[in-house]
Amino acid sequence: MYAIIIGGGKVGYYLAKELHGEGHEVLVIEQDGAKCELIAEELGDIVLKGDGCEAATMEVAGFGRADMVIAVTGDDEDNLVSCQVAKAKFSVPRTIARINNPKNEEIFKRLGIDTTVSATAAILAQIEQELPTHPIIPLLTLKGGGLEIVGVKVPSNASVVGKRVGDLLLPQQSLIALIINVDGSPRIPSAETVIQTEDEVVAVTRRENEATLRSVLTSRADA
Amino acid sequence: MKVVIMGCGRVGAALATMLDDDGHEVTVVDVKPDAFRRLPAEFGGTRHVGNAIDPEVQARIGVGESDAFVAVTQGDNRNVMATQIAKHIFGVRRSMCRIYDPIREKIYRDLGLESISPTLVGARLFKEMLERAPEQAEPEA
Repeated sequence: MYAIIIGGGKVGYYLAKELHGEGHEVLVIEQDGAKCELIAEELGDIVLKGDGCEAATMEVAGFGRADMVIAVTGDDEDNLVSCQVAKAKFSVPRTIARINNPKNEEIFKRLGIDTTVSATAAILAQIEQELPTHPIIPLLTLKGGGLEIVGVKVPSNASVVGKRVGDLLLPQQSLIALIINVDGSPRIPSAETVIQTEDEVVAVTRRENEATLRSVLTSRADA
Repeated sequence: MKVVIMGCGRVGAALATMLDDDGHEVTVVDVKPDAFRRLPAEFGGTRHVGNAIDPEVQARIGVGESDAFVAVTQGDNRNVMATQIAKHIFGVRRSMCRIYDPIREKIYRDLGLESISPTLVGARLFKEMLERAPEQAEPEA
């Protein structure tokens, strides 16, 4: 595989090192001369000094035969443009962009970038998993379709406690995939399964229905 | 017409002033409050400090309710990203931007952005000026 990495900072460097070590053909594009020298010294002649958004540089780098372009500079707008130009002008089959503002994930997707990676979002998810009071935790975004897997802890005072799964009014395109009860045993629910206090519910839903799903599973009985 | 201008540099400030003079409702957004010094004292539009590549900033300054969005910051990529957000997320029909790099400008024009490359426009104007008949030029002393 031929992978082009845009941005020779720490992320770009370690990514290049790993991919290169696995035997892939790798090229790093970096504007800063000192960073280029460091990469060349450590990893060999796999670095090109230049602007990874500049079409002339992209031509020299051989974007036309790249299997993958990975844009990992510190600026979301530069990563967006590199990936878009890679797709529009060079028909690169797969593009991955690093994003800093987690809110850009959705926007990049709308603008045609295949995959985004956000360190901010990953750290947030870690923190949220450790906060037991947080009512709904996105666990995994499924490729395409806007579906995601979320975890919800059913509070003891929730109105759903004691109800059958089949009787819940879930939002459209949502389903309860797994219920883990308070002592940690998982079960795949049927329509007859009764929701218990402190159940951990793992559900598939559409992103836009997350709030509705949360309110179904966590609203208080006396509310 | 309600217009949002991103970047209060020379071009942004001049455009904002012209549109304001013509009676349009103009909002100018720039990351540096200092940039607004380029607007005349009698400028009647709105000044916002913020980075308009952030969709939340665009929402706050009312991009969604605007008729046009013009991105004229110094950064091509910033302009491209903000304009695409205005067009595709907020549905602003006239979303346009400056892209210095002529190749990149062509790519985004093909992708449907209204854009101008001042590099190309400037070079063309100089060429035309050079090719103009000599009698139109200043007479030599």
